[in-house]
Amino acid sequence: MRTRLMELAVGAFIVMGIIALVLMAFRVSGLSASDTGDKYTVKAYFENLGGLTERAKVSMSGVTIGRVTKVYLDTEDYVAVVEMEINKSMSTLTLDTSAAILTAGLLGEKYIGLTVGAEDEYIEDGGVIEDTQSALVLEELIGQFLFSKAEE
Amino acid sequence: MSSEQAFVSIRGMSFSRGNRLIFDNIDLDIPKGKVTAIMGPSGTGKTTLLRLIGGQILPDAGTIEVDGYNVPTLKRAQLFELRKKSMGMLFQSGALFTDLSVFDNVAFPIRVHSDLPESMVRDLVLMKLEAVGLRGARHLMPAELSGGMARRVALARTIALDPEMMLYDEPFTGLDPISLGVTVKLIKSLNDALSLTSVLVTHDVEEACTIADYVCLLSEGGVIGFDTPENLIENGSEQVRQFMQGKPDGPVPFHFPANDFSADLLKRVK
Amino acid sequence: MINKLIDSTQLLGRAALARLQALGRAGVFLFSSLMWGGPGSAGFGDLIKQIYSIGVRSLSIIIVAGFFVGMVLGLQGYTILSDFGSEAALGTMVSLTLLRELGPVVTALLFAGRAGSALTAEIGLMKATEQISAMEMMGVDPLKRIITPRLWAGFIAMPILALLFSLVGIWGGAYVGINMLGVDEGAYWGNMQASVQFYDDVIKGLIKSLAFGLVVTWIAVYQGFDSIPTSEGISKATTQTVVVASLAVLGLDFVLTAIMLGSI
Repeated sequence: MRTRLMELAVGAFIVMGIIALVLMAFRVSGLSASDTGDKYTVKAYFENLGGLTERAKVSMSGVTIGRVTKVYLDTEDYVAVVEMEINKSMSTLTLDTSAAILTAGLLGEKYIGLTVGAEDEYIEDGGVIEDTQSALVLEELIGQFLFSKAEE
Repeated sequence: MSSEQAFVSIRGMSFSRGNRLIFDNIDLDIPKGKVTAIMGPSGTGKTTLLRLIGGQILPDAGTIEVDGYNVPTLKRAQLFELRKKSMGMLFQSGALFTDLSVFDNVAFPIRVHSDLPESMVRDLVLMKLEAVGLRGARHLMPAELSGGMARRVALARTIALDPEMMLYDEPFTGLDPISLGVTVKLIKSLNDALSLTSVLVTHDVEEACTIADYVCLLSEGGVIGFDTPENLIENGSEQVRQFMQGKPDGPVPFHFPANDFSADLLKRVK
Repeated sequence: MINKLIDSTQLLGRAALARLQALGRAGVFLFSSLMWGGPGSAGFGDLIKQIYSIGVRSLSIIIVAGFFVGMVLGLQGYTILSDFGSEAALGTMVSLTLLRELGPVVTALLFAGRAGSALTAEIGLMKATEQISAMEMMGVDPLKRIITPRLWAGFIAMPILALLFSLVGIWGGAYVGINMLGVDEGAYWGNMQASVQFYDDVIKGLIKSLAFGLVVTWIAVYQGFDSIPTSEGISKATTQTVVVASLAVLGLDFVLTAIMLGSI
């Protein structure tokens, strides 16, 4: 009888551990069902990343639809290449979709915001987003401001 | 040495612990099927000898053959096989597993080493407990047993697998007269009923001599006597006889080496 | 004078060699225990029993500690973040701190103190009362029978305890932040969800606690097995378990954190 109680306790213990893990997955880390679904890869080129890193969010209209998977420099054209994974459920990105590097919140976390265009055809797996807007770099902004001020 | 078959055969064995030489190139035979008592002054390494035979420690030199197998050369798996088949050791404290009941303690070796169904295990355990007279105590926990009872349960556990040789480490120490009588009787009757080879380590000369077929006396790293108890008492060397008869003074002196007594006293006054 | 210097150097050398020897013994010990034995070496029932005594019995201290640590994190975190006007990031701060560091580490330290010392004492006592020798003489390998199930139990129990610690801590931080300090509930949980990555933070924390579980249980069990079989010896071994295991956890934490951060 005592062993029965012990076995029950251990069983409950392990179940608690599993529940904790599940809670962690969904409530704490915001893992959602769509995250574990199929994805396809899309590339985009930028002049300046401005602090965008791997694992940054890719979102459209504020809704997260993917993640940045790889960030590197193209040594032939000297542009920054960003590879991102987008949920298959969002496979209706038109060819003229634009991608911009934006800042989220006060702490300055960078993410990619996508805006759909008007074309009929969609971007395939492995495709490239042509229309890109680089991150705003503080020094360049100040330079522009000073330049425009000087012109006045 | 007798011409009977030896179950344990030790040749040229030396063992030292730290700087102390405990055994110096000794030869010893333990005859099969008999009760052999190993005795000697405290600290001569009687228990160490048991551990050497059981393979728990390795000698510095020499061979220790048990049932034909040279124990120090055995690999771990082989050593465990040999112990399972041929050896049973009863420790001074009994060494029962404190978290298991008397029944489970005795059942332990049977359950681990065989695939017998629980009903058969139960029968075996009850038989072994009956042999030591504790069948009715089978549901008690070791903490609830007296010293003598604990040792008897340990004995039942040790014979659970019917080993060919039993090693007893100080089985008589610290027992009340009744338990003592019981233990003596059990050792002898088990030895005869199961055709065991029994090796007793003890310094209880009286009790040992009542059941021992042979006595082996150890002292200062060597065997100083090996014979039947009667022969040792009658014909043994002075050292042997001092031990067997318990004389306070003789080859082993009463006084620890010291200066002249009066000189010592006078020094204090200065 | 010179003699004293030579003597102390000799002593130091001997002590260092002794430690190295002990480490070697401990390594062989671990290898032998795991090499031939899976979790069920002493039967499933025994594994359950060990998980109970090591894991379930540690639950109360882990949960209470987790709650307090989470609350303190909430308080301290709020104070620091409010200087930057970033109180909304409290959820992020509490959860990441717990999941990546405090959860596994503090759990391991508490575990070493409670379960570790108990293990050492138990095994040391078994050695002192010759139960280990008796088992050997019965032809039963005490490593497989006693040590292996305990090692596995620690390995299984620790990550569960660490997860529970973090969970309770996050909730504790939420309680303090939301109910006592006025942090917005949506901000707390929302920001947390946004910044905590399951595969990176939660899983890495789990890996840490698995490693800690192995190391702490190994040290505890070895110290007991290797202890001098007297009451003094056992008490010394128990103390040593807590000290050595705690230091090992902290040191291992640094190594693991460096590896994990470096691989990003």
